[in-house]
Amino acid sequence: MSTPTNQELIDFVYREARLIDQQRFDEWLGLFAEDARYWMPLEWEQTDPTLVGSLLYEDKMLLGIRVERLKGRRTYSQKPKSRCHHVLQAPQIESRDEAANCYVLWTPQHYVETRVDEQTLYASWATHTLAIEDGALKIKLKRVDLVNCDAAFGNIQLFM
Amino acid sequence: MSKYRGDFPAIRALMRDGEIHRDLYIDQELFQLEMEYVFGASWVYVGHESQIPNPGDYYTTTVGLQPVVMVRDADGAIHVHYNRCPHKGTKIANEICGNAGKFFRCPYHAWVFRFDGKFLGMPLRGGYEDVGFERSEAALGLTPVGGSHNYRGFVFARLSPLGPGFEEFFGESLSSIDNMVDRSPAGRLEVAGPPLRYMHNCNWKMLVENQTDTCHPMVAHESSAGTAIEVWKRAPEGTPKPMAVEIFAPFMSPYEFFEKMGIRIWENGHAHTGVAASIHSNYSAIPGYFEKMAAAYGETRARAILDENRHNTVYFPNTMIKGPIQLLRLFKPISAGKTLVESWTYRLVDAPDLLLERTQMYNRLINAPTSVVGHDDCEVYERAQEGLHTDGNPWVNLQRLYREEEAEERNVVTNGTNEWPMRNQFRAWLKFMAVGMGA
Repeated sequence: MSTPTNQELIDFVYREARLIDQQRFDEWLGLFAEDARYWMPLEWEQTDPTLVGSLLYEDKMLLGIRVERLKGRRTYSQKPKSRCHHVLQAPQIESRDEAANCYVLWTPQHYVETRVDEQTLYASWATHTLAIEDGALKIKLKRVDLVNCDAAFGNIQLFM
Repeated sequence: MSKYRGDFPAIRALMRDGEIHRDLYIDQELFQLEMEYVFGASWVYVGHESQIPNPGDYYTTTVGLQPVVMVRDADGAIHVHYNRCPHKGTKIANEICGNAGKFFRCPYHAWVFRFDGKFLGMPLRGGYEDVGFERSEAALGLTPVGGSHNYRGFVFARLSPLGPGFEEFFGESLSSIDNMVDRSPAGRLEVAGPPLRYMHNCNWKMLVENQTDTCHPMVAHESSAGTAIEVWKRAPEGTPKPMAVEIFAPFMSPYEFFEKMGIRIWENGHAHTGVAASIHSNYSAIPGYFEKMAAAYGETRARAILDENRHNTVYFPNTMIKGPIQLLRLFKPISAGKTLVESWTYRLVDAPDLLLERTQMYNRLINAPTSVVGHDDCEVYERAQEGLHTDGNPWVNLQRLYREEEAEERNVVTNGTNEWPMRNQFRAWLKFMAVGMGA
């Protein structure tokens, strides 16, 4: 792939959510570029990920630790395990810049995380910044803005 | 039927040497009593002065279960009032942070109050002539809390007009706040953005106890910190150690490390872990920071400030600070089985930004509702909250390294795995309950 079509970009976003819901976390991690970041801001319209608090701002190594931890024998908060479910509104192409190899998509989503009897719904907007690397689309930045980013939450254990 | 109200002997019987009855964690009546007597007479953290820099700025929060508002007056003074209009109860300030202008004006009937709480007036004032208004509660204006005190930017309040004075309550424990503030070359901290807010379905005391529990990190956090170490081992040779690994790895230190790091015990339930060293001791130096500190304090004093690596300082009843990384956690009680944890971060004024970057990373990795360390902590607390409802055994054990003489001792250093700080918290709890109940 040298230049992705809009449909290929949209399909990528759907596939990412599907890999999370099916708990295919190793494949999911493979969607991220080596220098990628996964960001969940704490503030409405937050611009600074490092000097202001965030719920998450992680590189691929930290995401890898999360994925590995989920498989661990002594991961007590996952005994029993959580499951999750995404409902995506159609991803919209926010911008595409072929020269800069930068494609941005905006996707409103509902995310449900469950653990035994508990089920929690989160509403958010996902912004994917994608690029072609070694012939395949990769995530450079996934930003998830919760509608209620400043609310008090219990455990959020999987990936939104 | 009341099980504990007005019956101090029944409450006294809930505490043996090194054993605590489960009702302290699960009984809602005891929770109400501790809100009145323990949170009423203690100095509880309200907020930081940098949250309200200008006249009219206010910050709303709770002390125990009581809604309060902290406001900056025109002369720079900070007042803390119960957050209700004396007319009909409407909260006088309703944003978390806001500016009230020149005075508080109630949004319901436009009664107005000075920032020191004094009643200024209302529309149609003629309707209050000859009705005895001047003798009413409302004429007194906003009700201030029993006392408030700004210590180096940190504002504390005591709800009750009666109780220990500020210095008497904290004693030598204020040295931990001193060290955190002294780490700024300007001797000043500023709040760095909103706190992380993490809801826990457990009693607030479990969270406070855990701040000095050094026998849990290598167990509960093996899945996160242990995995981080394993992943890091696979990095190509020569990769610089990431800040995140520096933060995670010390959680897996062996028991001997925590034994040697030491705990210092103060009066009124205060204590800190990390006397000789701590999990924060071996972070990489931040370029340019020491030079700024040395310029501000001189090399010897700068070194003394930075060599202090206190781990967690617990301010009874519900605050913990981490001086070396400028972080404060506030354990806000909601009910016997529910606690909101706010984790606040501070910028060291005039220090390199990289320090704040590390503070924010620590907070995300350890204290967020999305944190892999937080998940396992929350899991064990919530399992305990559920487990304590079993009738098989009503006692919680806190006997590790217990000595009979310890009850009278203070300002002493002990083994870093001692459960003395937890027993110290419960002794303070019992003391305030006794005073409050007139026992």
